[in-house]
Amino acid sequence: MQIDVLFFASYRDLAGAERRSVTLPDGATAADLVARVRSLDDDLARLPEAAAVVVNHHVVRSDHAIAPSDEVALLPPVAGG
Amino acid sequence: MSATVAMARIIDAPIHPEPLLDAVAADGHGAALLFLGTVRDHADGRPVSGMRYEAYVEMAEKVMDEIAREAAGRLEAGAVAVVHRIGTLDLREASVGIAVATPHRAPAYEVNRWIIEEIKKRLPVWKHEHYADGDAAWVEGTPLEADA
Repeated sequence: MQIDVLFFASYRDLAGAERRSVTLPDGATAADLVARVRSLDDDLARLPEAAAVVVNHHVVRSDHAIAPSDEVALLPPVAGG
Repeated sequence: MSATVAMARIIDAPIHPEPLLDAVAADGHGAALLFLGTVRDHADGRPVSGMRYEAYVEMAEKVMDEIAREAAGRLEAGAVAVVHRIGTLDLREASVGIAVATPHRAPAYEVNRWIIEEIKKRLPVWKHEHYADGDAAWVEGTPLEADA
């Protein structure tokens, strides 16, 4: 499946774009997605392995299975307020 | 009796106190407490000239609503209004505004403080600090925890 991953703030700087497309095997987990994104290029290799994965606006655990229709984002630590 | 959520929004315009206080006003309230988070002129001893706030807006609106509803659930009676601003802010401008009104003052103080702490832990917002020397950097934040 092909997933468009959204990036914000410092992670967008690493990605060089607001979204990047990755191809994942069916049944891939959030951890698989982070690993795949980190393998895209040298800049994204600096993304933390523990980057927060957000699926359909909810922060998911590393073993959460990604579905083809999901909206997926990688979020840096938050700093609102 | 239970409290109501009068407002929970992400906005890209200045935050004004009066609409927040008006939103939580009711005849049965004896306390109305307003918190404003403002842009200060220094960070770790370094002069700051301004701030740019960015959000994952669609998610932030949902999280803001969740926080406001949970806050209302912590009150036996009263009302809650909360807004977070995004975009470029000057010194002294408010990035967040929280109004809590209750029949008596103690729960207003408690829940107002609870809301700002939850925003800092859960709201998908980031700030890009602009320094007086022309440099800029993302402010280090709090890692998000997986939803239960």
